[in-house]
Amino acid sequence: MSEKSGAPVLELPATESTVPRQMVLNMGPQHPATHGVLRLVVELDGEVIVSVRPEIGYLHTGIEKTCEAKFYQQVVPLTDRINYLDPLSNNLCYCLAVEKLLDLEIPERAQWIRVLLTELSRLNSHLIWLGTHAMDIGALTVFLYTFREREEILRLFEAVAGQRMMTSYFRIGGLSMEPPPGWFERVAAFIRDFPEKIDEYSNLLTGNPIFISRLKGVGTLSAAEAIALGVTGPPLRASGVDFDLRRDMPYSSYEKFQFHVPISTVGDTWARYEVRLVEMRESTKIIQQALDGMPGGAIKADAPKIVLPDREKMKTQMEALIHHFKIVSEGFHVPAGEVYQGIECGHGQVGYYVVSDGTAKPYRVHMRYPSFATLQAVETMCKGRLIADLVAVVGSIDIVLGEIDR
Amino acid sequence: MANQTPTLTGKQAVLQEMPDHPAIKALLAWSPEAFTDARFDFGELTLTVVSTEIRAACATVQAAGYNFFEDMTAVDWFPQSPRFQLSYHLLSHAFRERIRLRVLLDEAEPSVDSITPIWPGANYYEREVFDLFGIHFAEHPDLRRIMMPDDWKGHPLRKDYPVEGYR
Repeated sequence: MSEKSGAPVLELPATESTVPRQMVLNMGPQHPATHGVLRLVVELDGEVIVSVRPEIGYLHTGIEKTCEAKFYQQVVPLTDRINYLDPLSNNLCYCLAVEKLLDLEIPERAQWIRVLLTELSRLNSHLIWLGTHAMDIGALTVFLYTFREREEILRLFEAVAGQRMMTSYFRIGGLSMEPPPGWFERVAAFIRDFPEKIDEYSNLLTGNPIFISRLKGVGTLSAAEAIALGVTGPPLRASGVDFDLRRDMPYSSYEKFQFHVPISTVGDTWARYEVRLVEMRESTKIIQQALDGMPGGAIKADAPKIVLPDREKMKTQMEALIHHFKIVSEGFHVPAGEVYQGIECGHGQVGYYVVSDGTAKPYRVHMRYPSFATLQAVETMCKGRLIADLVAVVGSIDIVLGEIDR
Repeated sequence: MANQTPTLTGKQAVLQEMPDHPAIKALLAWSPEAFTDARFDFGELTLTVVSTEIRAACATVQAAGYNFFEDMTAVDWFPQSPRFQLSYHLLSHAFRERIRLRVLLDEAEPSVDSITPIWPGANYYEREVFDLFGIHFAEHPDLRRIMMPDDWKGHPLRKDYPVEGYR
């Protein structure tokens, strides 16, 4: 296999035949390497890719339409279902957007717990990417290793939110409840061991000659192409663009954390692998800082008409009971206006565009999800390369079909 | 989190307070009538652009440093007129800031120039708006439905389309 990037791997001899040489191959919608119900219509010349046309929409559930019929607080559980591998980032982005409209002050402790949990969520997302990406390439073992750690992350989510995947833990105005006793110690234990686990994955893959030859020089994307195609997150940084919303446009007190944003200028599948591996190490550092400096105080904003009262207060105080009844039965009114909130999730930049007309239900909610844009870059990355490279490329951009189709 | 920035409503107020904003400067240098309305609230700048000029306006702000097309979508203000609003969110990696360009479209045969020639990444976003709102994008390279089946009737995100669909 050629190490040259960009150029066709196979030079096919010219023939006199008038019969068209191109073949159309349908990959998916049910295919193990498409990570969900994605259909790729691939035009092939022999084994060389001429064009790739993704056909999406198989998972379209009209979440944006559903949001318009729900109260603001009822939208939070819907957001989990969009990118189900990084649920807390979805919760966070939606909550931040609505909080911006409401002009709510979020207590510092809630913001720090949000940072801690979104970083755990990022680890969860990256672990699934690493396991499935390696599995696509043929290294089945890694999957078992990454899912071992992912299981512990899901247990941590369950302990804090009562749900493993559909957490809905962040609420408009703060968190749903205080983490249970001993939970921070469990996170600390997990984080203490995690860097060793990353070394384990790295030992399995980084020196593996098959993995290297399948990834290096494959699916190259230049910085200009990445920007033009709307690529964000690790693929953008692997192409040499030094931009991370957590550092450059901080939200939820990310400005108080020190971390390094990994960059590679190569832009191939291997660079995306390396960038994500370093990102996992940086996430553990952020979680450690959050644990060390965790402030005390409230976990909900002081806004009784927006934030549900504590159970105890609701049972004993008349006013709290009235607020509870009002919020649950008729929601809360959000001032008219439009806001856009962007955050950095595991796959790239998420954006929530919320338009309010002053009522208790959002007038319009639009979600920008990174995979939707990144999918457009597949053709650029694969043109002129072998069909086996398509599998490596689709694995490396880390797509979730739930967020593409919404 | 609290919103410390004041709200500025109207082109006059925004021009007075933010004359040095790179996007505003570039747009005014291109044409004094480049945007008809402006608003600054929640720390976000919104500029309303004439619908026929959106591609040129995007090219202008792109040259001014807003290099990244982040998001584009529509809002249906049914039964108000003009009915449709298109919101373009453009991000600048250098200024670490985003602006929103807004276009208003009438109900009858809503159509606007595609910005896919400027940012190829806008392709899917425009197809999504075409599919779910029925807004046409002139000179789009591949304007087909993207979410719904090709033979679907209606545009689900329009406000006069029932949530549970037609029965």
